[in-house]
Amino acid sequence: MIAFENAAYSYGGGELLTDVSLRLAPGSFHFLTGPSGSGKSTLLKLAYAELVPTTGRVTLFDRDVTSLSRDDVARSRRRIGIVHQDCRFLDHLTLAANMALPFTVADRESDPQDLDDLLAWVGLKHLSGALPPQLSGGERQRAALARAVIVDPDVILADEPTGNVDWEMSLRILTLLVELNRMGKTILVATHDLNLIRQAKSQIQTRVLRIAKHRIQLAGANL
Amino acid sequence: MKPPAAKPASSATRAVQVVPPSGPTAWLTTFTAGAMTFLCVFALALSLASGRLADRWSEALARTATIRLSAPAEQVDLQTDAILSVLSTTPGVASFRVIDDAEARALLEPWFGPDLPLEALQIPRLFEVMEGDPPYDSEGLRQRLLAEAPGAVLDDHTRWHRPLAEAAERIRLLGILSIALIGATMAAMITLAARAALASNAEVIRVLRLVGAKDSYIARAFVRRFTLRAMTGAAIGAAAGTAGVAALPVADAAGGFLTGLGFSGTGWLWPLILPPLAGLVAFSATRRAALLKLKELT
Repeated sequence: MIAFENAAYSYGGGELLTDVSLRLAPGSFHFLTGPSGSGKSTLLKLAYAELVPTTGRVTLFDRDVTSLSRDDVARSRRRIGIVHQDCRFLDHLTLAANMALPFTVADRESDPQDLDDLLAWVGLKHLSGALPPQLSGGERQRAALARAVIVDPDVILADEPTGNVDWEMSLRILTLLVELNRMGKTILVATHDLNLIRQAKSQIQTRVLRIAKHRIQLAGANL
Repeated sequence: MKPPAAKPASSATRAVQVVPPSGPTAWLTTFTAGAMTFLCVFALALSLASGRLADRWSEALARTATIRLSAPAEQVDLQTDAILSVLSTTPGVASFRVIDDAEARALLEPWFGPDLPLEALQIPRLFEVMEGDPPYDSEGLRQRLLAEAPGAVLDDHTRWHRPLAEAAERIRLLGILSIALIGATMAAMITLAARAALASNAEVIRVLRLVGAKDSYIARAFVRRFTLRAMTGAAIGAAAGTAGVAALPVADAAGGFLTGLGFSGTGWLWPLILPPLAGLVAFSATRRAALLKLKELT
């Protein structure tokens, strides 16, 4: 699905990531951890072709990201659900319209029943007509997750999806991610919340990757 | 709470809806298009009027010529006969006539008054020659007149007809150039407005890119909006400009060039093409600006 081969990324003269090799196999669940500023978000951006590696190679659905046109990148993102810590929405559209946005930009019609079911799945059915600024942090996170999965993507990349919510809400979001993984989705979650990782490990098989000194390594059992 | 019932909307309409409905540049585009189209109507009127004038002058002057006969009194009739003989045998002369004393008096009346004693003045005899199709060879006619009637001078009006026609033609070109400049200015203004709108919606664009929107989709949202605004402004400007032209005095009443500045006949339909043309300019300018700006933004 997504693979890194000796990929590195430099910015402003300094190397943020060095010699990253990683393969996200279909149906796998990965956590990416490391201290703030270690390059977790950068790695995720490389994974959805927001950035291109300065050296090495990143392939997205078997295609080198450097060979992708802007339209190819857009098409690839329809196969990737992206969830950010600072959930970005279009504030002038209702929650329902924001949920349907991946369909809208692909010039496809969304099924209102599917939309309803998805909002019910994340517990936001009662807020479908609300505007994003009216939502709480946890509601926004769940809405972002719902938007990420509405087009049935192959991969879900989540950058600190529980960064702005309390523990109870974190567990709820984790449950949603675990359910998605059981449905066959490939998941990569960047987080510095070790408790969340431990909780996930108790439920499903996950691989935990840690970024340290610009390099990626498999974390041991010392989490 | 149920999600709002989805209204059936075209993909273009849905594309427009993903961009926030208003911005500081909304009025600027409409105003610019309106003002530019208003000016364009006058440039169009100037161009069409000068074109008509050039055609009229060319038509009226190119087909007539005058022969002036200045000769001693005892030779006037002799040379008149010679001139008439030459004209009757010249190919390309459709018709000719001698301008009689009454007409000559009418021609000179503005300068000498109504009681002009023609017989007391040494007035040249005048002949009017109408050109045929194909036209006569004026240089050949001039040479034959010189041989047969030495006092005759052929004046085919070229001396003053050409500069007048050229002047009118240049005014027409200036009008066309003005229209082109107005169009270019409108394109530049709309480009600036579109770039400002794109920059102020950078966050919206990021979200759209994140969920898989292509550049062409995002551009479409802006292009449609700017095109509609430009067409609305241009329709208002065209209506106001046409009303302004209609309010000018009619050419027949005053008879001058400036009062002839207007449309005639089907020419009144020309302002109708300005709003779609403004829309086309806005479409091209916004699309180009949007696609370039999108590459900068993401």
